[in-house]
Amino acid sequence: MEQSMITLSGVTKRHPGGHEAVRRLDLSVARGEFVLLTGHSGAGKSTVLKLMAGIERPTEGTVTVSGQDLGTIRSSALPYLRRNLGLVFQDHKLLLDRSVFDNVALPLRITGFPGADIGKRVRAALDRVGLRDRERSDPLTLSGGEQQRVCIARAIVHRPAVVLADEPTANLDEAYALEIVGLFRRLHEVGVTLVVSTHSPTAFGDARVRQVALRQGIIVRPGEVKA
Amino acid sequence: MSRLLREHGLAFEDALRRLGGQFVAAFLNLLVIGIALSLPLAMYVVLGNVSAFSRQAAAEPQLTLFLQPDADATAARSIESRLKGHAAIGRYQFVTKATALEDLKKAAGLSGIVEELGRNPLPDAFVVTGRPDGAEALEALRSEAAKWPGVDHAQLDTLWARQVEAVIRGGRMVVVILGTLLGVALVAITFNTIRLQILGRREEIEVSKLIGATNAFIRRPFLYLGTLQGLIGACIAWGLVMFAVGVLERELGIAASLIAQDGVLRRLDLSDTIALAVLAGGLGWFGAWLSVTLHLRRFEPS
Repeated sequence: MEQSMITLSGVTKRHPGGHEAVRRLDLSVARGEFVLLTGHSGAGKSTVLKLMAGIERPTEGTVTVSGQDLGTIRSSALPYLRRNLGLVFQDHKLLLDRSVFDNVALPLRITGFPGADIGKRVRAALDRVGLRDRERSDPLTLSGGEQQRVCIARAIVHRPAVVLADEPTANLDEAYALEIVGLFRRLHEVGVTLVVSTHSPTAFGDARVRQVALRQGIIVRPGEVKA
Repeated sequence: MSRLLREHGLAFEDALRRLGGQFVAAFLNLLVIGIALSLPLAMYVVLGNVSAFSRQAAAEPQLTLFLQPDADATAARSIESRLKGHAAIGRYQFVTKATALEDLKKAAGLSGIVEELGRNPLPDAFVVTGRPDGAEALEALRSEAAKWPGVDHAQLDTLWARQVEAVIRGGRMVVVILGTLLGVALVAITFNTIRLQILGRREEIEVSKLIGATNAFIRRPFLYLGTLQGLIGACIAWGLVMFAVGVLERELGIAASLIAQDGVLRRLDLSDTIALAVLAGGLGWFGAWLSVTLHLRRFEPS
C-alpha cells in the first residue's frame, strides 16, 4: 500500500453563515502523487487546498499531512510543517515593496539559509519559471502571468516535499501554461507530491495525474492515475 | 548556532532598514524619546552634583565662631582657652579679618567689589572642625559658644548641608517618580510605533506565516526596532544632558568652582551610561514585545 502524504477523512468545512464549502470529504494523496482538483468556481477546490495547508481548520473530520493531524497540531508546530509545503496562491500574494529576488528568497530566509545559497537557489528557481532576467524588478511592473510565475518560483525555491497550487495556470498564456505544467511534471518526476486545482485539466495533457472532480464541496469523481 | 546568528543579523538589518526608511518620522520619534529620557536624567545629574557637594561639606562638620567687630585680642584668647581640650573639637584655627578678606578675594574673584568697599567688613573668627561624626556634639557646642563673651554669632556649617541632604532625598524620589512616568511614556511610544509598523506590514506578516515563518521570526525585527529606538533615544538624552552640563559649567564659571572643588561639575560616568542604555533599551524592547504580542495574534493568514 502506498504511503499517504495527505489524508482528508470525513472533512466538512462550514463557514460562518452555514455555507458548507466542502462536505464529508474523503481524499488521500500518496507520497509523490500528482493530483488535479477540478471543478467549477465554488466547487470547493481552494478550500481543500487551504485545509491541506492548515490555513483553514475543518469544522468536522480530520486532515493529516505528513502524519500530523492539522486539527490538533500545536500552532507553534504549524510553521515547521508549512516549510515542507510550497504554496501557489491564486492571488499570488507577492510583497509589492520587495524585488522579485527578495520575494522568491523569502522562504529561504525564513528557514535560515546562508546568503550564498540563497542567491544560487533563487536564480535557479527563477530560471525554471523563465524570469531569470527579472530578479531585480518590482512585482508591480510584471504582468499577471509573470507575477504568477514569481509565486511559483517562491513555492519551489526551498524544494518542498509537497506543492499545493491554486489555479497556477489561470493567468498564463498557453505557452507559459505549458511551461508551468512541464515544471510540475518535472517536480513530480523527482518525487514531489503535487495537489493542483484547475479549471482546465486539459492543459495538463497526458501527465500522469489523478483527476479528482469536485462539485458543491463533494467529490463526484475520485479519479484514477492515467496510465 | 550560525543559523540563529544569521537570523538575528537579518532581523537587525531589517530593523535598521525600517528606521532609515522613514527617516523623518523615526527621527521625530527618537527625539521625543530622547527628550523624555533627558528630563529625569538631567535631574539625576543635578542631584548628583548637589549631593556630592553637601556630602563633602557634611563629612567634616565645622563650626564658625564669628567674633564681635570690637572684640580684642584678650577676648580672642579667652575663647581660644575655652576651645582648647574641648571634647567635641578635632582642631580649630583662628582666622583674622585680614586673612578672611584675602581668602575671599582669591576664592571668589571678588577683589574688585571688595576694593570698592573701602574697609574690611569681615570679623575675626575661629573655624572649629569637629571630630568625624561629631555633628551632634558640635551642635551642642554651637549653643554653648553663642553665649560666650566676644562671640557675635556661632554658625554650624553642617546644618544647611543636612537640610540640603533632606531636599536631595526628596529630589531622588521625584527622579524615581518622573523616571517611572517617562519610562512608561517610552514604552507607550514604542508600543505605538511598532503597532503602526505591524499594521503597515500586515501583508508581509501574513505571507511569511503562510510560508512557514514562526512567531519568533516575525517578532524579532520589531523587537530589534524597539530596542534600537530605546538605545538611540538614550544616546540623544545622554548627549543633551552632557551638553547641558558643559554649558552650565561654562555659564556658572565661579559658582561651579564653589559646587565642585575643581570647578568641574559631575557628569554621567560609565556606570550611569551603561545603566541608562540598559534601561532605555530594555524599555524599548518591552514596548515592542507588548505591541507585537498583542497584534500578531490578530494576523492569521486566510
